Amino acid sequence: MSDLNSAMTERYHNSFLKEVEANVEEGEWVKMCMQCGVCAGSCPLGNAWEHTPQKLFMMIRAGKREAVLSSDAMWMCTSCYNCIARCPRGLPITHIMHGLAHYAKRLGLVPKNQPTAQFSQIFWDNLMKKGRVNELKLGLAIYFKDGFGQGIKNALANKQLGQNMMKAKRMNAMEFFGGHSIKDTGGLQKMIKKAQEIEDAKIQGNS
Amino acid sequence: MAKKEVSYYPGCSSQTGASSSNMMRATQTMCDELDIQLNEIPDWNCCGASIGYGGGGELPRLTLSARNIALSEQHNPGQEIVATCAACWLSTREAKERLHEDANMFRDANTALNEINLKLNNQTPVRHMVEVLVEDIGFEAIKAKVKKPLQGLKIASYVGCQTNRPFGIAEESFENPVYLDHLIESVGADSIPTYEKKVQCCGGALAFSEPEKSQEMIHGIIEAAYDHGADLIATPCPLCQANVEIYQDQINARFGSKFNMPVVYYSQLMSVAFGRNSKDSALDGQIIRAKSLEEIAGK
Repeated sequence: MSDLNSAMTERYHNSFLKEVEANVEEGEWVKMCMQCGVCAGSCPLGNAWEHTPQKLFMMIRAGKREAVLSSDAMWMCTSCYNCIARCPRGLPITHIMHGLAHYAKRLGLVPKNQPTAQFSQIFWDNLMKKGRVNELKLGLAIYFKDGFGQGIKNALANKQLGQNMMKAKRMNAMEFFGGHSIKDTGGLQKMIKKAQEIEDAKIQGNS
Repeated sequence: MAKKEVSYYPGCSSQTGASSSNMMRATQTMCDELDIQLNEIPDWNCCGASIGYGGGGELPRLTLSARNIALSEQHNPGQEIVATCAACWLSTREAKERLHEDANMFRDANTALNEINLKLNNQTPVRHMVEVLVEDIGFEAIKAKVKKPLQGLKIASYVGCQTNRPFGIAEESFENPVYLDHLIESVGADSIPTYEKKVQCCGGALAFSEPEKSQEMIHGIIEAAYDHGADLIATPCPLCQANVEIYQDQINARFGSKFNMPVVYYSQLMSVAFGRNSKDSALDGQIIRAKSLEEIAGK
């Protein structure tokens, strides 16, 4: 168990709802759920989830901390915002899913090899380097996320796709050597470091 | 028409050699014709899209967008921010609204911005290009610009998710928005009002991390267009466009289908209808060629 995870378990003993309200993006909305299930029926990947948002919200209130934070459900969110558009109580469900996913990652509870969790981190690291996404390196990083052998296999399986994109000038091999960038990368990184420090301090203060 | 100036946020995928560089080219052509001047936000950064949440917490992500808004307020004062990418628009507008509602978050974002001597006032409207077309220019003015009507083309309007939810276009319904149908009709083509996959999710970023689940959804989007006899699918969103166009080979292999459906941007339809050639309309950026549009553009 990570130190922060132990500290949070100790701090919020028996009240996982309070922990979510204090530490998860838009978590203060969870108690407003009336269990109607519209979110569950509206989710495009509803058939792929272990827990629908409706279930997660009830599990949070029931104190099922481990089951919620180690669920792969919130990582199935495609950010389609259908649940937000339809929720009769106006819960910002998409954001709560992102918030739960981020909190689980912060506590080190994400299921191993969860592909969207991996992609999400790869995407963030990619954009932080140059201030803009380098699509070529993003694609390669996904192909090679499970090792070199699998990476070559993935690259070969998608060879035609890559060639098509290059022919249409929608992918550029030269992006491998540097590529698009903002001018003030140092400043952007400094700014984000500050934002992360503020957020970390707030969550540590809650632990 | 008086020239309209906007503070333009193109986004990462619109850059030269990136996956929606074709959208950028067609947008520029369309805006030239409509006398809209795009003043790019200097040194804009990535918005974090809708997948950055794993690595980036709430405040870091809001701060990314806050930097863009602050840069816009500093360099393009008095101009509305306009985005063409669904994720760029959504993230920026979400950030603007949340920083407006949450005073602590606004203070913290400004503390982070202060590291690089920027200050967010957060007074700038954040709009989608479609809002500019529908609300400021209007369908009638668009119709009046048409030189080559896209007569005889049947086009499925695929609005997708993030141009439609949670903000959407004013007075449109989340379940059946009709502005894209109206745009299609304004350029002389036939829309398909009963196209049932209009707001179906394509998988978004999960097309990369969960390709099987996403391609099943994309299969449905294309199949329904064929069922309605569509010649083309048109969309406002760069990720929708890419996801629905570029995986058709893989989808055919997976589902035994024979899809070969062109997927274009509304800006490409308008560029062709306004009389511009294939190149200006970025039709050379298609992976599945839109031959029917090329023919009209070549006339």
